[in-house]
Amino acid sequence: MTTLTAPTPPGATRHDHPALPGGYAVPDFDKPLPPREGDREIQYREALREAMSEEMRRDERVFLIGEEVAEYNGAYKVSQGMLDEFGAKRIIDSPISENGFAGMSIGAAMYGLRPIVEFMSWSFSFVAADAILNNAPKMLYMSGGQWGCPIVFRGNDGAGGQLASTHSWCVEGLYANVPGLKIAIPSNPYDAKGLLKTAILDPDPVFFLESERMLGDKAHVPEEEYYIPFGKARLVREGGDCTIISWGRPVNFAAEACERLAADGIECDLLDMRTIRPLDMDAVVESIKKTNRIVIVDQSWPFGGVASEVISQITEQAFDWLDAPPVRVNTADVPTPYAKGLESAYLPNPDRIYDAVKQCTA
Amino acid sequence: MTQASASTKSPQSTGKPSDGLSDDTLRKWLYDMQLIREFETRTMQAYQQAKIGGFCHIYSGQEACAVGTINSVNQDDPVVLAYRDHGHALARGMHPRACMAEMYGKLEGCAKGKGGSMHMFDKPNWLFGGHGIVGAQTPLGAGLAFAARYEWEVLGKGKKKVALCYLGDGAIDQGAFHEALNLASLFSIPVIYIIENNGYSMGTAIHRHTANHENLISRGQSYGIKSIEIDGFDIVDVYDQFKPLADECRDLQRPGFVDLKTYRYMGHSMSDPQKYRTKDEVDTWKEKDSIAALASRLMTAKSDGGRECLSEDDWKAMRSEIAEIVRDAVQFAENGTDPDVGAELYSDVYIHPVPNLSPMGDYIHGDKNPLL
Ligand SMILES: Cc1ncc(C[n+]2csc(CCOP(=O)(O)OP(=O)(O)O)c2C)c(N)n1
Ligand SMILES: [Mg+2]
Repeated sequence: MTTLTAPTPPGATRHDHPALPGGYAVPDFDKPLPPREGDREIQYREALREAMSEEMRRDERVFLIGEEVAEYNGAYKVSQGMLDEFGAKRIIDSPISENGFAGMSIGAAMYGLRPIVEFMSWSFSFVAADAILNNAPKMLYMSGGQWGCPIVFRGNDGAGGQLASTHSWCVEGLYANVPGLKIAIPSNPYDAKGLLKTAILDPDPVFFLESERMLGDKAHVPEEEYYIPFGKARLVREGGDCTIISWGRPVNFAAEACERLAADGIECDLLDMRTIRPLDMDAVVESIKKTNRIVIVDQSWPFGGVASEVISQITEQAFDWLDAPPVRVNTADVPTPYAKGLESAYLPNPDRIYDAVKQCTA
Repeated sequence: MTQASASTKSPQSTGKPSDGLSDDTLRKWLYDMQLIREFETRTMQAYQQAKIGGFCHIYSGQEACAVGTINSVNQDDPVVLAYRDHGHALARGMHPRACMAEMYGKLEGCAKGKGGSMHMFDKPNWLFGGHGIVGAQTPLGAGLAFAARYEWEVLGKGKKKVALCYLGDGAIDQGAFHEALNLASLFSIPVIYIIENNGYSMGTAIHRHTANHENLISRGQSYGIKSIEIDGFDIVDVYDQFKPLADECRDLQRPGFVDLKTYRYMGHSMSDPQKYRTKDEVDTWKEKDSIAALASRLMTAKSDGGRECLSEDDWKAMRSEIAEIVRDAVQFAENGTDPDVGAELYSDVYIHPVPNLSPMGDYIHGDKNPLL
């Protein structure tokens, strides 16, 4: 069989696996990450683009496919300019056939390529459910370890802003249930870049959840190359009164709530989980041992969701450390409404997080 | 390889690809078809003895489809299948032991007992699986061909390939299939969709499950894909028509579509009482039997238009050799190892398992697949 290998990123080690021609590279995660402070401010969407472009320059097996990614320069301008650099063979406009192009990319990944599949929105991934849930995460198991599926599915997750119920899905509540896949959900440009680079190198299927509402967010993203490990939460803020954990966009709401709580004299640990599968429960438990209280902010629905899973694991691992019942802040348990006022009441927001912490620390 | 002998045309060529086939090649095809037939007979027995579980779909009757088409391409051309997959797996070169052991749920099976009857995977033979969801394999087939083309065109490695994607007539009703056809033609992907049209989607006859059923190739044609009909009972004819299509799709890097007309002798799956068709209907089709037809062709005198390269005794010997091989496969499966729960339940879920992927504990690497 032809082996399709790519240059190993500096500092990374190459691992062999019978299912993957050419093996796969694992970055040196012991190396400290570059500082988050600096003045190279770029948008979240640019951070994503840099991650993809850097990996595409190193590894010719990587290609990007999705609706409007090439000639239109990306429906949300994430892939702007990439067609010019990489050409139409690697930046591929697809028809509106999510099941078709997701499935096609899974076949290409089994063969040994490294597809990045852009869903304009994760809300549109349901028509590809069979491909992304029944094929990608199960191929290795079903084939008894013969064929892997190194692929990244990425796109906007969560409410975009008055898009109503069909277009505002937070898929993590559903998809986190499936073994065989990994889920990353960055809350800021720095993490978006470092996590996406890790996702592209990762030899397993990665669901990468972005947010339309964050694509324009700006922050310092260092020039130097870095990879953020999966399964390592970031302590955004330190405090001994309560632990708040979240992932994706609501991390920013929680940070806002923390400011107001601090003004009231309540100091919180805020953990940005960064990946849902794997989920850094070690960091959660460590923080609970200090604060004895926890609020979980989850932008998907409450029933059988990620917050519920976190609470289950807390009861298993840290029950005796709790001084109060865990509190979860989810989206309202209804289809996403259109009207502005209804939508903002539906979403987790700083007010609701503030109230939840007050309740938990009362 | 049969391909080598097939490429040299005999002097009295009439222009058909099969003119160049050697006696050895034809005997090998007969052997392969009979192997599938015998294998399936023993599979049914084992199923009835509850040695095999789950859904199990028997290929008997359709042998010329798999053997004729697979022998028209190269060993390293990717192949992907639906769930009625034992025949293709064997035709592709999977050892009968690995195939039977998989159905027995043994570690020695092609998927270490994790896939079963519907999920035959064989990496050394470029077999990307049987797939249990009707139509799901059709975008995968496009992807395999896309990757093969990308490897050759963008990475500058390898050579022009063509992928084979098999599906039943029921699968043409799936959206995934239409999306795949559109993508294959739009992106000029060298994948051939082979519809093994056995006239039934489970218990639903073709005229009750698909519109314009007498003109299936119009489905392919409407996407600008070269589409042909082939009688799937005459293996030489399958080769004569399929080989040029495969060569053309490889050469031009274009998709193809085949309405391969066939019939299944057994029920849809092992649990099918077959109320939807008569025994007479089945018997009529059996008169066309592809194995009997090829055997007779090889035994008939040249003066009567036959090949005259197989005696009654040869054929008998061949059948008993095959029976022995299949008996051995069953014995091998019987003696196989039950997968160890500690080693296999939580392995092969991730290529790169890391901590905290599951609340149930860590994923691991299991035993190496026996085919690798
Ligand atoms: C999406 C989906 N729906 C239903 C089924 C159940 N099912 C399995 S095979 C089958 C009939 C398919 O017939 P066809 O495609 O003609 O293949 P054949 O069995 O004749 O080889 C059905 C309904 C399934 N496996 N997947
Ligand atoms: Mg059928």
